[in-house]
Amino acid sequence: MSVLRRIVAALAAPLLAIVAAIVISGLVMAVLGVDPFEVFAVMLDFGDTPSQQVTALVVILNRAIPLFISGLAVAIAFRMGLFNIGVEGQYRLATVMAAAVGAAVVLPGPLHVLLIVVVAMAVAAIWAGIVAVLKVTRGVSEVISSIMLNFIALGIASFLLTGPFRGSPEGASIISTAEIPESGWMPGLNGVFDLFGLANPPRQLYGFLVVAALLGVAIAILLNRTRFGFDLRATGLSPSAARASGVDARGMVVKTMLLSGAVAGLIGIPDLLGTTHSYTTDFTAGLGFLGIAVALLGRNNPAGIAFAALLFAFLDRALVPLQIADFPSSVVTIIQGVIVLAVVISNEVARRVALRAAERRSAQAGPAPVASDGSAGPGQTTDGGGAGTGAGVDPTTGAGRQTDERQGTGA
Amino acid sequence: MKAAALLLAGSMALAACASDEEGGGSASGGGSGGGESAELQIGLAFDTGGRGDRSFNDSAVAGVEAAIEEHGGEVTELSPNADASNRADLLTQLADQGFNPIIAVGFAYSDVIGEVAEQYPDVTFAQVDGAVADAGSPENLTGLLFAEEQGSFLAGVAAALKSETGHIGFVGGVETPLIQKFEAGYVAGAQAVNPQIIIDRQYISPAGDFSGFNDPARGQIVAQGMYDAGADIVYHAAGGSGIGVFQAAAASGGRAIGVDSDQYQTVDPALQSVVMTSMLKRVDNAVQTFIGEFVDGNVAGGADEVYDLESDGVGLATSGGFIDDIQSDIDGYRQQIIDGAITVPTTP
Repeated sequence: MSVLRRIVAALAAPLLAIVAAIVISGLVMAVLGVDPFEVFAVMLDFGDTPSQQVTALVVILNRAIPLFISGLAVAIAFRMGLFNIGVEGQYRLATVMAAAVGAAVVLPGPLHVLLIVVVAMAVAAIWAGIVAVLKVTRGVSEVISSIMLNFIALGIASFLLTGPFRGSPEGASIISTAEIPESGWMPGLNGVFDLFGLANPPRQLYGFLVVAALLGVAIAILLNRTRFGFDLRATGLSPSAARASGVDARGMVVKTMLLSGAVAGLIGIPDLLGTTHSYTTDFTAGLGFLGIAVALLGRNNPAGIAFAALLFAFLDRALVPLQIADFPSSVVTIIQGVIVLAVVISNEVARRVALRAAERRSAQAGPAPVASDGSAGPGQTTDGGGAGTGAGVDPTTGAGRQTDERQGTGA
Repeated sequence: MKAAALLLAGSMALAACASDEEGGGSASGGGSGGGESAELQIGLAFDTGGRGDRSFNDSAVAGVEAAIEEHGGEVTELSPNADASNRADLLTQLADQGFNPIIAVGFAYSDVIGEVAEQYPDVTFAQVDGAVADAGSPENLTGLLFAEEQGSFLAGVAAALKSETGHIGFVGGVETPLIQKFEAGYVAGAQAVNPQIIIDRQYISPAGDFSGFNDPARGQIVAQGMYDAGADIVYHAAGGSGIGVFQAAAASGGRAIGVDSDQYQTVDPALQSVVMTSMLKRVDNAVQTFIGEFVDGNVAGGADEVYDLESDGVGLATSGGFIDDIQSDIDGYRQQIIDGAITVPTTP
C-alpha cells in the first residue's frame, strides 16, 4: 500500500506535467485553428512500411541517447544542489579533443574506442573541475562560472577545429577534424532487428545505447546504494546537516563536478562513434542545455531521465512528419516549452500534496499512541511552528526515499 | 539564490527548446506522392533559420514558386530542428513521400546529402551552396554554386569608390569557408580601387557556432565598433544579423552593403537610406533553372552548376540609385572579371 502510494506520488508530477502540456498545447492549437487530434495522430504515425517504422524508432533512440547522457550529467550535480549549466561547453570541448586523439592513433578496435571515450571524459571532467575549484577556493557561484566557461570552451573548440585539428581540405564547405580510422568506430545494433524478425533499415541504431544504459544503471546505484551517493544527496538536501554529520562539503563539490563533467564528456560520443566519425562545424550543438530540461522532467533520477529523453526525442522526430502533413512544426516547440514549465509547477504542486497527505497521516496517527502524553505535542507540530520545519525537511527526504523505491523496482 | 538559479536554468532550457522561427507554411497537402505522375512534387529542405529569413531561404522559395508558376506542381517545405541534427531525416522523409526533385538549401547539408542520395538513386537531388565533391559525388546530385567572391569584389569596388574616409569594414556572420569567400572578394575589390584602403574585418561567431547568422544585436555591436573607428561603409555577409549592421550604420551616419537579396527592398523604410547596394546572390534563378531542367529531363547530375557574374548569378543591386554615378567603373571591373583579366581570390 505505502509502496504503491510512493510510486504514485513519484509519477504524479511528471504525468501531471505531460497531461497539462498536452491539454495546453491542444488548446493553443485549437485557438490557431489546427485540429489537435489530427496533430497528435500524425505525431504517433511512424510510417507505412516496416522499414519506415523501424527507421522512426531508430531515429528516436539515437536522439534519446545523447539527451539521456546529458540529463544524467546535469542531474548528478543537481542532486547535490549544484547547477552545472556548463554541460554544453564541457561536451563540445571533450568531443573535439576526443575526435582529434581518435584520428591521430590507430589501435585495435575496442582499445581505440576506449581511448576516445576516456579522453572525452577526462577533458570534460577537467573543464568541469575548474568550476569546482573556483567554487571551493574563491566561492564563485557555479552557475555563473559554468555559463561563462561555456563561451570559453566553444571558443577553444572552434580554435582547435579551425587551427591545429583541421583535417578537411582547404576550401571544403564544412570544416572537420580528420576522420577517425575504422577501428575507432562503434558498430550499430541493427542486428537486433534481424533477431526479432523486424525490418533492417539502412539507418543504424547506435551501439552506444548499451553503454548509455549501463551508465544509467551505474549512476543509479552510485547515487542510491553507496556512501558517496548518500553524502552527495545529503549535501544536496541540507548542506549544513551534512557538514555537521561529517561530510567533507568542499571535497564533495569537487568530486561531484568531476563526475558530472566526466558524464557530460560522453554526450557527443554516440554521434562521433556512430555516424560522423569526426568533429565538424556542424556537430550537434545545444544538447547540454536540452539536458537541463530533460533532467528537470526526469526529476533527476536515471529512470525518469531515460523516459524524459525518449519523450523529447519522440517530439523531435514528430517535427518532420508534422511539416510534411502541413501542420506548423512550432506545435512541437510549444509542447516542449510547456512541458518544462509544467514540470517546474507540478513538482511544486506534488510536493505540497505529499506534504499535506503526510501531515494528515501524522495528525490521524498522532493522537492514538501519544494520547496520554497530552495532545498538545502533536497538535503543535501540525499547526504551529513545527509545521514550518516540517515543510522544510519532511517532503524533501520523502522525495528522496520515493526515488530510492522506484529505482529499486526499476533495476 | 536557488530559485533564481533554477529559473535561469529553466529559461536556458527553454531557449534551447525554442527552435526555428516558423517551420510549416508549405503550399502542398503532401502525403501520397506519385499519385499523378505528371504533377511536379518538389521537396525543399531549408537551412537553419528556415523560411522567413528575408534572405537566402526565402530566395530559394521564390525560385521554386516561379518554377511552379511556369510548370505547375506543388512544393513541401521542411525546416530542421533547433540544433539541425535531423537534416538527414528531412531528406529521407521527403524521398520516402515520393518528392522529386528534392532541393536542400545550404552548405550544411553536405554532410548528409551524399548518403541519402545514394539510398534513393531514382530521386534527383540538388544542393544550394554545396559542391557535389563534398558529398562524395553521387550521380543524382547537382550542386548549385555561386561565385560569391566575384559579386563581393564588385561590392568592394563600390565601397572603396564611395568611401570618403578611406576606411571600410566587413562583418561576417560565421567564420566558415563560405563566408570567407565573401571577405576575400570584397577585400580584393576594395584594394583594386585603392591599395591603401583600411579594411576592418570581423566575424560575429567562430566556426561551429552558427549563432552569428541570427544575432542582430551582436551584428550591431561589431559594426558600431567599425563606424566608431572611422569606417564609413560596412559590407555584411551575416544573414539575419545584417539588420544590426544597418542599424549601426543609421546610428552613426554611415552606410552599409546588404547581401544575398536586394535588401533595400526588404528592410524597414527607415533603414533604406543606409543600404547603399546589395551583393545579389540569385538563389531564386538557380533553383528555378534547376527545376526547369528537371522538367525537361536535362539534369546532368553528378556535377556543379556555377552561377557567376557572367550568368548574372551574382551582381550588385541598384535600388535607391546610390551607386548610379559609379556604375560605369563597376561595369568595367565586371567585364574584366568575366574576361579573366582579373582573377578573384576565394580565400582571404
